[in-house]
Amino acid sequence: MYSASKIAAFPQSVEEGAAFAGSRLPLPELVLTGKTGVFASLAWAGFGFACLRWEDLGDWSRTHELAISAFVIAGGILAATWSGRLLGRFGTGLQKRAPWLLVLGLFLTLWEVATAKFAWLPLPFFPPPQAVVEVYTDDLPKLLDSAFASVKLQLGGYAIGAAVGFLTGVSIGWSRSVGYWVHPILRFIGPLPATAWLPFAFFTFPSSWSASTFLIALATAFPVTVLTWSGVASVSNAYYDVARTLGARPSFLVLKVAIPAALPHVFVGLFMGLGSSFAVLVVAEMIGVKAGLGWYLQWAQGWAAYANMYAALIVMSLLCSGAITLLFRTRDRLLVWQKGVVKW
Amino acid sequence: MVALAIAEPASPATAGASLDVEGVSHAFDIDGAILPVLDNVSFAVKPGEFVALLGPSGCGKSTLLRLVAGLEPPRSGTLREDGEPITGPFPSRVVVFQDPTLFPWRSVWDNVALGLEAQGILKSQRHRVDAAIDLVGLSGFRKAYPHQLSGGMAQRVALARALVNDPRILVLDEPLGKLDSLTRITMQAELASLWQQRGFTTLLVTHDVEEAVFLANRVIVFSERPARITADIAVDRPYPRHRGDPILAELRRNILGLLGLDATW
Repeated sequence: MYSASKIAAFPQSVEEGAAFAGSRLPLPELVLTGKTGVFASLAWAGFGFACLRWEDLGDWSRTHELAISAFVIAGGILAATWSGRLLGRFGTGLQKRAPWLLVLGLFLTLWEVATAKFAWLPLPFFPPPQAVVEVYTDDLPKLLDSAFASVKLQLGGYAIGAAVGFLTGVSIGWSRSVGYWVHPILRFIGPLPATAWLPFAFFTFPSSWSASTFLIALATAFPVTVLTWSGVASVSNAYYDVARTLGARPSFLVLKVAIPAALPHVFVGLFMGLGSSFAVLVVAEMIGVKAGLGWYLQWAQGWAAYANMYAALIVMSLLCSGAITLLFRTRDRLLVWQKGVVKW
Repeated sequence: MVALAIAEPASPATAGASLDVEGVSHAFDIDGAILPVLDNVSFAVKPGEFVALLGPSGCGKSTLLRLVAGLEPPRSGTLREDGEPITGPFPSRVVVFQDPTLFPWRSVWDNVALGLEAQGILKSQRHRVDAAIDLVGLSGFRKAYPHQLSGGMAQRVALARALVNDPRILVLDEPLGKLDSLTRITMQAELASLWQQRGFTTLLVTHDVEEAVFLANRVIVFSERPARITADIAVDRPYPRHRGDPILAELRRNILGLLGLDATW
């Protein structure tokens, strides 16, 4: 099986792992020859064909455009596969993703057939792809407004929560007397899900927007505080000894020793805070705020506009994933000194 | 050489400070139980002297160094640097620990710059950082991060981080203890020549008898905990020394005898 040298070269990160597997297993070999690219192209062409072959069971206006787009994508994949090397990095990137393109093409074909053509899945709960596309073309302004409102609310609350959590965490970790007073409060309030504060927040705050900002900040602040605190508390005393013998004052010990040493923990807290604040954001928008993607979802469901719901869900997923990507990029930039970090 | 630029004011006679340890006793409080570690230790180190502190493992030598560094106050007795009582850490007394304890988030250059930065004089003194890195032979690794360095290189960086402050007393807490024997031998020679060039007073804790007699002017031997001085031996041999020197070998045998280990010789 594996020789000792192969085990020694065991991959450190997910990406490396993929490359590692790529050099040895048969599946990616297929990728390199470009066969998968051809099949992916065929799958997309099949999707386009499925759109046109049978009559739609419902009244959707974008079926033709969707079919044409599918054919264009199929052609594009085929052309890129054949010109392969000429496209440089884009070409190799496409080849690497060819299996995904293939599966995506097959999935869309199946979706199309199972909904618009034969209604194996009950309408209107499972709208076909062209219905979702229709939302993006015809209801775009409202969707964009909602997305923008969500981003604004999320950013404000998250920034406040992260800042407060970070400062609280550093203070508890650093000062015993701050810890004495804040720790019990943190233990009492922190584990409470932020959504439990909804009723309180909505009648205490002057607007539903400020109430939601408060809740998002609260949901963010708890994990950030705890992780920052544990990060600061776990800094080895040896670092402080070294800095002190070199003439460091307390402010230097906090800013240049405790905080940088705690940063990896802080980023875990920021990541966890991001996750729980998304949940609060959507709930707050569904219940109180009259804008945002959560509100759009609620509204779409109220009108049985299920296609709008799926369209909004996709946008929401892209935004959340984008936010996490941004956070990880920032971390990778700040923590280049760490080895073996997980790639998002 | 750049190495000389760093040592501008250092003429061996004036660079080092004297150190006086007078009747120092210390104890730890472990869950209410008092554990004495130092028992009425007194000795005086002349400016520029290289003194090795030898003793059984865990006898309290490292604690004594922490007191010299000013990281802790002694329970009783006083320590003086050039006649001034030591009340806290100060960059004229820098410690190199057994672990390099480099800050992993800082590059080699930034690690070495730490002391000057902490003292707020880095902006005008950047050349000292470069000089210290050159001095320990790591010019090519300024931008490297600690996890990219070998054990010996990391300890060299720790040495540069100490030397950049132009210490008057260099406190070494088994700095070579975790290195492989080849790196160790090389770094012992480097340490001896650095000390000769720069003239700082050096206090070295070690439990390697050969290292102690090879490097130091004077070897102070401690008893088991609580540490008491059992012998104070002058090593009156010129530098550079040779490991094969029969007088050093004789001294080594005597010291091992004091530590109760002569049977193995």
